[in-house]
This record gives sequence, C-alpha cells and structure tokens, in this order.
Amino acid sequence: MIDTVPNLTTEQLDTFGRELDAIRQRALDDLGERDLEYIRRMIRIQRGLEVTGRGLLFASFIPPAWLAGVTALSLSKILDNMEIGHNVMHGQYDWTGDPALSGHGFEWDTTCPSDQWRHSHNYMHHTHTNIVGKDRDLGYGILRISEEQSWNPYYLGNPLYAVLLAVFFEWGVAFHDLEVERLGSGDVDWGEKRELLSGIWRKASRQVLKDYVLFPVLAGPQAPLVLAGNATANIVRNLWTFTIIFCGHFPSGVVEFSEEETAEETRGEWYFRQLLGSANLTGSKLFHIMAGNLSHQIEHHLFPDIPAHRYGEIAVEVSELCARFGIPYNTGPLGKQFGSVVKKICRLALPDRLRGAKPAPAAPAAPEAPVTRTRREPVPVAA
Amino acid sequence: MYTETTATHPSSRVRSRPSTQPRRRNLGHRILGSGLIEALAAPHGVDRYLELIRPGWTLHELRAEITAVRHPAPDSVTLTLRPNHVWRGFDAGQFVRCTVEIDGVQRARCYSPASSAHRPDGLLELTARTHPEGLVSRFLHDHAAPGMVLGLEPAAGDFVLSSDRPEQLALISGGSGITPVMSMLRTLLDEGHGGRIVFLHYARTPDRVPYARELEEIAAQSPNVTVAFAYTRGAPADGLSGHFSTEHLRAVAPDLDATETYVCGPRGLIEAVRATGDPELVHSESFVPPALIIDTDDAVGAVSFARSRIDAPNTGATLLEQAEAAGLNPAHGCRMGICHTCTCRKLAGDVRNVRTGVVSSMEDEDIQICVSVPTGSVALDL
Repeated sequence: MIDTVPNLTTEQLDTFGRELDAIRQRALDDLGERDLEYIRRMIRIQRGLEVTGRGLLFASFIPPAWLAGVTALSLSKILDNMEIGHNVMHGQYDWTGDPALSGHGFEWDTTCPSDQWRHSHNYMHHTHTNIVGKDRDLGYGILRISEEQSWNPYYLGNPLYAVLLAVFFEWGVAFHDLEVERLGSGDVDWGEKRELLSGIWRKASRQVLKDYVLFPVLAGPQAPLVLAGNATANIVRNLWTFTIIFCGHFPSGVVEFSEEETAEETRGEWYFRQLLGSANLTGSKLFHIMAGNLSHQIEHHLFPDIPAHRYGEIAVEVSELCARFGIPYNTGPLGKQFGSVVKKICRLALPDRLRGAKPAPAAPAAPEAPVTRTRREPVPVAA
Repeated sequence: MYTETTATHPSSRVRSRPSTQPRRRNLGHRILGSGLIEALAAPHGVDRYLELIRPGWTLHELRAEITAVRHPAPDSVTLTLRPNHVWRGFDAGQFVRCTVEIDGVQRARCYSPASSAHRPDGLLELTARTHPEGLVSRFLHDHAAPGMVLGLEPAAGDFVLSSDRPEQLALISGGSGITPVMSMLRTLLDEGHGGRIVFLHYARTPDRVPYARELEEIAAQSPNVTVAFAYTRGAPADGLSGHFSTEHLRAVAPDLDATETYVCGPRGLIEAVRATGDPELVHSESFVPPALIIDTDDAVGAVSFARSRIDAPNTGATLLEQAEAAGLNPAHGCRMGICHTCTCRKLAGDVRNVRTGVVSSMEDEDIQICVSVPTGSVALDL
C-alpha cells in the first residue's frame, strides 16, 4: 500500500490532464500504415503458430512433436487473447474501417463472449478502475485483494482460490459478468442473467467442441494426446494471462479509490486515478508483445483505444510527465511485481488483527465516511 | 450515384439473357465451407486463414484482384478486375462498391462497371475519373497495380435496362457518366441486339473521352449503332458543341422517334434530357449528388450516440459528419444516400432527409445517416 499519494491542486491536475490529452492527440494524428502492418503481422504470426501447433499435435506419437505443438498452440492462444483480441476489442483499430479489426465485431479464442467482455472490461473496469465496490476486477468477486474488503473466514482460502482462478482463468473471465457473488447474495436473480448465460453457453460450447471434441476426434488414435495438448495450451495461456493481468493493478504501491471521492471527477483526476491505479512491468520487446503490451498497463489505462504497440513509445513521455508532477510511476520486473501480488493475496487471507494491521475503516460503523487513504485535496491529510 | 427510374415504356422488346450467373461451388469450396471446417476455424472463420495464403482467396467475402491498369485519358484510370467466386455478376448500368486501403484506412466508393454483363472471361472493368479532392480515385490513378486486391460489394442500383430490351434506345452520358451506358451498349451488342442504338456522349474536350476509339469502332462495324460526341468546351469545327439540346439528338439521329432513353451524368444533363422528351421514357442516374439542403445556422438540440455514450450539440450537418466529428467511425460508403452502408437505427428524434426534404419522426427507424440531418435532438444506436 502506498501512503505517499501526491496532493496536486485542481489547476495542476488540469494541466496534467491537458498534457496527457496532447500525448493522446499526437498518437491519434500519427495513426496509419505502420499500426495496420503491425497488427496484421501479429495476426499472421498467431495464425501460423496456431496451424503449426495443431499440425504438430496430430503427430503427437513423436514426443517432441507434442511438446512443440503445445508450445506453438499456447503462444498462439496468448497472442490471440492479449496482443490481438484484447487490444482489437478495445477499438484500437476501429479507425482502419477493416471489419476484421473492428472492436465490435472481433471474437477471440477463449470461452468468454466478446460482447460480454466489452461490457465487463472496456466499460466497467476501465471506467471504474480501482474504485472499491465498482471495479469488479478487484478480486473478481472471488478473492480478497483489498483491505477495504472486510475479512470473513471464507477468505482463509484466498491463496487456493487464486491458484484455481489462475488455472481456469478463461472460465473466470467468461463468467465474470454473471456476478456470481451477487447471485449468491440474492442481489441479482437468475432471471436477469438468463441472456448472459445463453451467450456464454453459445461461445463456450463452440470452444469446447473445437478443442476437446473435433480436433481430438480428427486425430484418430492420437485423440487423447491432442485433447491433453489442447487442454495444456489453454491452461498455459490461463496462467500467463492471470499473471500479467494481476500485475496490472494489484502489486504493492497501487492505489485504490472510494466511490465518494471519485463521484465528480475531472478529466485530469480521471487520468490521475488511472495512473495511480495501474502498474507496469519491465522487460524485453518480446516480453511486451507476449504480454499484449499490458506490461504498459499505465499507458493502456490512460489511453485504452490507442494501438498498444505504441505504449512503449508513449511510456517515455508519460514517465517524464509523472516525474515533473511528482507522481509515482509504478514499474518493475515481473518477479518483483508478481511476488508482491502473491504476498498480498496470502496476507489478506488472514484477519487484519492477526497481521497486526490497522483495521480497515469499518464501513458499518461510519458508512458515510470516505473509505480510502488517498485524498486529492491539497489540504493536510488527516488519515 | 442518384437513381431515378421511371416505368418502362411498352415498346417492342427482345428478351435478354439473364446476366447474373448462379454461384458455382467447386469441391474445394464445398469442403472449406462445410460446418466442420467452420467449427475448426472458430471463432475467426475460414476467410481469416485463407486470406493469409492469398488476399483474394476468401470463401465468404467478395473480393477482386486487379489484373490490368490503363489510363485511357489523363485524368482517368481503367481497372480490370477478376472477382473471386463469390461474385454473382451484375446488370448493365448497376454499380459496385469498392474498398481500398489508403494509409491504413479502408475507403469505399461506388463505381459503375463499363464492361459487358456477359463478358466471357468474367472480368470486370471499372473506369474512375480523378477529382482533385477525390481521395480514392487519385489513389487508384496513382497506385493501382496488377495483383492489388480490392473489397467489393454485390452489384446494386436500379439504373438498368428493362429485362425486356427496348427495340430502339438512346444512351446519353456526360463526363464519367459514360461507364454505365458503355456497359449497356457492350451488353446489348453481346446479346446481338439488332435494334437502333444512339450513343451520345458529352465531354468538356475531346481528350477527356475514355472510350472514344472503341466507340468509333463499334459505330463503324454495327450499322444499327450511331455514336456521337459533343463537347462543352473547345469543340472541333465539325462536331457538336455546347450542352444537350433536342437539336443535338436530331442532328445525330434524325429518324429517331420518341424512345427509351438512358441518361447518366450531371444533374443539368439529366434535367435537359427529361425536359425535351417524354419523362416516362427517361431513365437516369447522376454521379453527382443533388444539391443537399443543409442549413447549419438554425441547428438546435443535441445528438446522442447511445452505444458510444457520446452526446454532442447538433451542428446541423449530416449525422454521418456529426458522428465523425464526435470521433466515431461509422461504416459508410457513397456519402450521398445510395449504397445504404451507413444505415443505422435512429432511437428517437426527428431527422430531415436532405435529398428529399422529408422529415421523419418515427422511433426505432433505420435511417441513412449520410443524408439525414437532425431537426432537433436525436438519439442514434451508434
């Protein structure tokens, strides 16, 4: 947790917002052939890996072929979901007018239907980033990832739930919009979710049919090996996407916000929240590509509809801007950032008093009190 | 293009051969199009894999490869296209919507093929006149090359010969409007049409006529075809000059009775032809949109793009322009109310069609946003 959130004046935040708007505009004005060539190259590589991987799995009787096939198919699914699917569905390539790259038309190689993803991710998560109680990506309704979530014995299983979520991450994402926790508590009834469920059923059944029935059956005697290969590739992709995504908002130093303090945000304040609520990963060019450039989570949250391959260039300007305004820019290598996420998940499994932590501001006692440690007014901070 | 087609006159006719061919599917197409392959290629679809082998090799999407490029006049480009197997042919006079990629952005424009609908090799010929501001026509003029692949939409448009071919007819065109009537002439000749055909084309100067030599050859070889050119600027001493008049038609074909007339070109030409003949017999199409009635001074209300959650004050411009100004990129084509690519659901509010002036206030109505301006607050499903 960070206790050093800078206090910027309204004027400073306005200037900060205008500077970020200018960075965004420069990138928009420069969109063209280069961006299209990049995403098409990624698509060619992904489709190539996919066809190669599936082909090699058909030769599974040679053990190295199985391993190579699983590797190629895993890489294909990672590219499809992250650098291509996630980014295209943000509308990053809508300006091309190419129906195959349309944010509203693209469908990705996971069990989650793209239209539900666009709602739960593009709208809910990106608008309400790190607002406790509004951003359902904070713990996915399963985990305790914030001290603002009051502890109960269920959370003793926090590390176990995290491992299960990581292994079956695509299913967690697919059922995300169902708000299972609210169905359980009776806030939402099944009738309201019938349409969502049938959407998930349609998409997921096609994915299951392809990976676990058709390709194995076509492989004849190799069927068990192909089935195992496809399942492994899906799990490898799940573990990787879980790791990258959890490093985006949950490492130490990332700030959470309350509904009250974000009720009437200006553009500058919105940028400020996105920046403090996200964390980057350092790494090689290949690492950034395999992370779908979500290793530049800060830039992605500031400019979710700018083609992600530009985030690396934009990061130079953004980090310079942050230094100028004294705003912390949270970045680090994967090991360090993910280590702090794991630590947080384990730590929050325990009740606050066992950890010797100060108890979270008790919501039932003073429901109208702001439930966060970050304030943006340039007044002496009492909390 | 703007189409007005009147009822055809019951004169003597010969039956035409149907020009749209049934879609041929060979074994490869049938296998690739099978449910099994689609299920294996989910969620992206077979075309997203096939196009990587070769851009024109799509199973479901209509595309065409450029096989030849000519510049028949300094400001014109003629493309020969080989459409893929999805192409179902066209009727002479119709247009196709072509998509090209310019600096990463797909741009669509409508062009009328000039080729015969019965061309045995199945190729398609398009001629585009370049305009100083014509992004697509200039791109095609400067960069089109054999091997380039264009996106196509199926042929559309009502400016077509009646299926019972009129025995005698006049084909009149101005400027780039020559292409659909050229297609009609070539199609009729391929059908062995024996009746009288008068072809009268208007251009500014003689060097701007794309099909001049071929037309002269046709006239020399076919006794039933009369070809004449008229020039509105700098005419040769022995030619017709100025804009269309009954005298021109009488000078070219003194014996021609009131007949079916197909005219394509600027509005002025169409009005002139319509005024001199029986309007019932005149079929017309204009490549130039009619003057759109747009008044931005009195604009009131706000435009709400519901799906994008954007609200903006109504500027009085067309909804397509207002959507683009709001940072949206709605699908569109001709921008003149022809191709219906931009059709979009209006959720609430009144809009005026700038082509017809008709105001519509129905809720949940599909409108063409390129020719609709809000008369007050409007909500769109965009």
